[in-house]
Amino acid sequence: MNHALWIAKTGLDAQQTRMSVISNNLANVNTNGFKKGRAVFEDLIYQNVRQAGAQSSQDTQLPSGLMLGTGVRTVATEKNFTQGNLVQTDNSLDVAINGRGFLQILTPDGTVGYSRDGSLKVDSNGRFVTASGYEVQPGIVLPQNTQSVSISADGIVTAAVPGSVAPVQVGTLQLADFINPAGLQPMGENLYMETAASGSPQVGNPGLNGMGSLIQGTLEGSNVNTVEELVNMIETQRAYEVNSKAISTSDQMLQFVSNQLGR
Amino acid sequence: MDRMIYLAMTGARETMQAQAGVSHNLANANTTGFKASLNHAQTLEVVGPGHPARAYSMGMERLADLSPGPLQTTGRSLDVAVEGAGWIAVQAPDGGEAYTRAGDLRVDSLGRLTNGAGHPVMGEGGPIALPPFEQLEIGRDGTVTVQPMGQPANALAVVERIRLVNPDPATLARGEDGLMRTAPDAPPPADAGVLLRTGTLETSNVNTVSSLVEMIQLSRQFEVQVKMMSAAEDADRASAQLLRMS
Repeated sequence: MNHALWIAKTGLDAQQTRMSVISNNLANVNTNGFKKGRAVFEDLIYQNVRQAGAQSSQDTQLPSGLMLGTGVRTVATEKNFTQGNLVQTDNSLDVAINGRGFLQILTPDGTVGYSRDGSLKVDSNGRFVTASGYEVQPGIVLPQNTQSVSISADGIVTAAVPGSVAPVQVGTLQLADFINPAGLQPMGENLYMETAASGSPQVGNPGLNGMGSLIQGTLEGSNVNTVEELVNMIETQRAYEVNSKAISTSDQMLQFVSNQLGR
Repeated sequence: MDRMIYLAMTGARETMQAQAGVSHNLANANTTGFKASLNHAQTLEVVGPGHPARAYSMGMERLADLSPGPLQTTGRSLDVAVEGAGWIAVQAPDGGEAYTRAGDLRVDSLGRLTNGAGHPVMGEGGPIALPPFEQLEIGRDGTVTVQPMGQPANALAVVERIRLVNPDPATLARGEDGLMRTAPDAPPPADAGVLLRTGTLETSNVNTVSSLVEMIQLSRQFEVQVKMMSAAEDADRASAQLLRMS
């Protein structure tokens, strides 16, 4: 019926999506290893109502055409992988990744997920697991009588056991990196999955070949900037308001026609 | 029936179309690098018997409003905004070169540098492909420098330079995909005077206040046109009454 109504509707949809992304960022302001998202918008295709340069009479041409835009669409919600704040916790099982890379986590369905959340735990079998209980890959098992654990910057895990002067080396934490981390698919539980857009994982030892190094006793906080998100929220709300104004104005115009004509 | 009603109708139709343009601008109030479209109308005289008193209205789009939008700092090293005049060259889906101001760049799985909408960014020698890298910096003149994977920080490599152009705005036209294009046979030369600012994005240049005012104005104008149509209807009815027998 009227372009304007549907165009304004795409605007409302887009602002609604942006608001959801902002709410999700704000809700995760204290989530370890959380990376903020951002909605990416693009203007929708233009309809060429009247071609520029067409003949307006035998000797004259139209100087400009009429290209009517059809609104906006959300192309992607992309993650911003800047480093979050490092928070010192002094818990020997907390590791932060300083630089590029992800911990590899074995999910219950057998696929490998990737995480920046380094708040590791030890389960009843002595295995390194995440807060959800998923095992870290390559698997690291601590001896039953472990007194203390230390994790070096290059990922070597050693355990102090009674009766042994030198600490026992129990394994190495490895990291995986992607050429396009923004292409990873967020799965919840602080996990990301490999996609065609992210490229395949390059596994390596921390601190080598461009991988980030590990910092024991530290956690990487969320990289959400609350002030920025609040400003985005205001902007989104106002844009939502003007788009709903556009809908009500178009509605009034149509109403005026039906009231005035053909009485 | 009086021809006046048709004239008023074209006015109302074009006003409605201009309203769609305003809605499009408002819908893109948050689209990175968006340039508002400007509408105007032109009179088109009807030539025929009688006095040349009839003129239809025909809506036109002038080229988009090219004034720069406000800059927003994001701190992301792949976000670039063009300072002042100038455009970033990208490869359009049809393979040709097109221009955009949306500098929310990213690297896809093949290592190509693309913008947020997925169009590959053009360098001086075609689309830019990056080696696996640890750090990426984009210079003010569009030079892309990377610290290749596993190399020390002093082993930086210059990969390419983003093609930045500054064609005469009069030669630019917006395509159906929203990208700007010049005539295909004359690509503009790279312009060293176009500068980028990294860590910032150019937001939409839609002025929501003036768009709202324009919307109110158009809606009043529309009401006037409809009133003219209803006046024509009244006049027609009155003349029909005069001719009625009895």
